[in-house]
Amino acid sequence: MTQSADKKFRAVIVDDEELARQVLREFLTAHPEIEIAAECANGFEAVKSVTELNPDLVFLDVQMPKLDGFEVLELIGASAAVVFVTAHDNYAIRAFEVHAVDYLLKPFGCDRFEAALTRAKERLSAASPATSPTAQPAPPLPSPSDLAAAARPPAQYLDRIPVRDGTKVFIIPVAKLDYAEAQDDYIALCSESKKHLKQQTISSLESALDPSRFLRIHRSYIVNLERVARIEPYGKDSHVAVLHNGTQLPVSRAGYARLREFLDR
Amino acid sequence: MHPILGQFRRLIAYLLSWLPLSAMLVYLLAVPGGLTWAEAFALGIPLCLLYGFMCLSAWYSCRWTPLDRAGALQVAFTHLLGAIVVSGIWILAAKALAHELSAFSAFNGLEPRLSKNLPLLFGTGILLYLLAVAFFYVLLAVQQSQEAKEREMKAGVLARDAELRALKAQVNPHFLFNSLNSISALTSSDPAKAREMCVLLGDFLRRTLGLGEKAAIPLEEELSLIRSFLAVEKVRFGARIQMEENIDKDALDIFVPPLLLQPLVENAVVHGISNLVEGGSIKLEIHSRNGTLSIAVENSFDPDSPPRRRGGVGLANVRQRLATRHGNLASFDVKTEGDRYRVAITMPAERPEHAP
Repeated sequence: MTQSADKKFRAVIVDDEELARQVLREFLTAHPEIEIAAECANGFEAVKSVTELNPDLVFLDVQMPKLDGFEVLELIGASAAVVFVTAHDNYAIRAFEVHAVDYLLKPFGCDRFEAALTRAKERLSAASPATSPTAQPAPPLPSPSDLAAAARPPAQYLDRIPVRDGTKVFIIPVAKLDYAEAQDDYIALCSESKKHLKQQTISSLESALDPSRFLRIHRSYIVNLERVARIEPYGKDSHVAVLHNGTQLPVSRAGYARLREFLDR
Repeated sequence: MHPILGQFRRLIAYLLSWLPLSAMLVYLLAVPGGLTWAEAFALGIPLCLLYGFMCLSAWYSCRWTPLDRAGALQVAFTHLLGAIVVSGIWILAAKALAHELSAFSAFNGLEPRLSKNLPLLFGTGILLYLLAVAFFYVLLAVQQSQEAKEREMKAGVLARDAELRALKAQVNPHFLFNSLNSISALTSSDPAKAREMCVLLGDFLRRTLGLGEKAAIPLEEELSLIRSFLAVEKVRFGARIQMEENIDKDALDIFVPPLLLQPLVENAVVHGISNLVEGGSIKLEIHSRNGTLSIAVENSFDPDSPPRRRGGVGLANVRQRLATRHGNLASFDVKTEGDRYRVAITMPAERPEHAP
């Protein structure tokens, strides 16, 4: 027995159906090394529990009230190993694109569950720096939001953006998003004169938004075109976009060209 | 395939229709033409028969210059040229026949007397050919409309096939997978309940089987299908699903297309109830008044729920089926009020005596 096998893992089960949670609970009773830290019946609860408890392993349903599994994953970050558990096989590719450990299709048997669990443990011990001190540091992983943005089905744009503040989740419908501003590794999403921070790059957000409604006007800014009141010259050859609420956003030269192109269409 | 040459009976009927024309030709040869009646008969009848055959060729030129696609000039030119050529050959044949007949003593000197009549014969030939052209155009039009009707029928059959396939796909496989997962959970914790769920699921599936072959089923049957569907879903969602029914008793024997309402109820579960943490209610209202059946399925939903794909496929299918079956006599409305979603249908009430 190696040291990692003795290690206790903490798991969170997320499914809106009691019976579906029951199956997972039952299969996990055979594994005393895994402790069920929480069971959640919807997306909000899931985000709250995972942020508070910081579990090693999350069993995650896809279709749930409040937030779907992918939105939950986007908000909880990459700290836990995630196993998707769903009856829908059409999310499998997306699941692996967001680095899920495994994808269990309901109904599943004990063998399949064990295989998923083994994989999850492998992932956990590989990721744990204590067990592999000599291993090279892994390249920085893209944030889950970036992965989610990249994994979205083509020709489908976001219609809402989930953001998390501590254990609280906010949903910003894109229609209510005024603009997004890049701030280091984060983006600030401004909606109804409130700013919400999210760990995502501005270009991945740009690619996830409908280009006929949102435009990258600056290296650090994406604006909701409906909010733009006017464009004013600023300085020698740059511009600012003035929003209906008075906010002024810088417009780069390339951004101005894109704006012109959009307005001329 | 030539429509007349292709069938012997048609050919006979066609040639018989040339009899009155041959009578006319005999008259023309005898009275204005100055031939004796015997000569007119001996020439007119065979010539007319021959011409009947020759005019069959007009079919091909009609086919190659369809009225709806070829220009007027092209049509006129083609058929005039055809008329001149065919009629020309015909008078040559007439001359040859007259020459042969002149050998008989009764028809002595027929050839020169016919020669005077050749312009008359040529003109008649042209007119007869054009008559044949007109006849073939009518025939073509009739054929085309028959073909169109056949195509329409085929399209109808295809549409029904598509509908059947859609019906089969409507029994959502994910419903099945999730139900099996519930059974899997119950087998160890509550075997009796697991067995009950198997029975419920089997019951529902059995009811949906074979429904595709029926054009319509009594509303009562559709309702029991819905109830067995909900019985399965209730095991999955527990107390989260509440069902309210307000159904006119005398509507139960009205015929409706199979699986017309089940997708609406399934929609209410998948897009409504399953997104609500505390669950909600589905309200089914069915009334029958003045020969109209009105059905409404209403459910609570979470306006902020995560968007789901596949949504609307079932509804679009129901709407389309109503439209193909009843056209303007049916209506289909979707309304959202606050957190209530309502689909309302009206359609003519088909009682058993009118139903197939």
